[in-house]
Amino acid sequence: MAVIRIEYFAVLREHVGRAQEDLTTTASTVGELYAELDQRYVFPPIGRVKVAVNDEFQDWNAPLRDGDLVVFIPPVAGG
Amino acid sequence: MSHFVFSREPFTPERYRPLVADPVAGGYASFEGRVRNHNEGRVVVRLEYEGYEALGIKEGDRIIAEAFARFPIAKAHCVHRLGVLDIGDLAVWVGVTAAHRDAAFGACRYIIDEVKVRVPIWKKEHYAEGDSGWINCEARSPDAPAGSAPP
Repeated sequence: MAVIRIEYFAVLREHVGRAQEDLTTTASTVGELYAELDQRYVFPPIGRVKVAVNDEFQDWNAPLRDGDLVVFIPPVAGG
Repeated sequence: MSHFVFSREPFTPERYRPLVADPVAGGYASFEGRVRNHNEGRVVVRLEYEGYEALGIKEGDRIIAEAFARFPIAKAHCVHRLGVLDIGDLAVWVGVTAAHRDAAFGACRYIIDEVKVRVPIWKKEHYAEGDSGWINCEARSPDAPAGSAPP
């Protein structure tokens, strides 16, 4: 079990209804964590999501460690 | 200091232009992205930018480092607004100086193109009809089916 801090932005923040949460999870990768949260919140269809762990982009197989900060990144639209 | 920064307040290019001044620079190229009053046939009345700032600054700085590697430029800087913006407001500014104009134009173009697709910034448009939408997150396309996020 690990306690993970998750921050939500933009469309995900509005959908979940908060900007962050601490979650105790048995997920071992960020992909498993996303699947767990998708099951709970039923994320809307938002295209290709990326993920960051501790403020760096990671792939979906990246391992989760206690205390990690995870951010799911919906398609961006700067400029 | 990072060459890419966010601004929660309105700003002018004049405020940041001194950061790219350089005695070797014979050319200065800049890009100003501003809020337009329409998008895809709809009337836009204002918009909001939200950013994941800790990662955004890192990724923006990486993009500018790439511009330095690709073009013989002297200085480069980029500022992106966050918060609520009205029509005509400055949303993003890129400034580049170089000995010669080709490098300044090329690097400026490279930076804005990459920032738009890589830096974690999200744009919510508010429409004249009263509704709103997160750009690039609402569209459905064949290669981005519902729930397709992770493998």
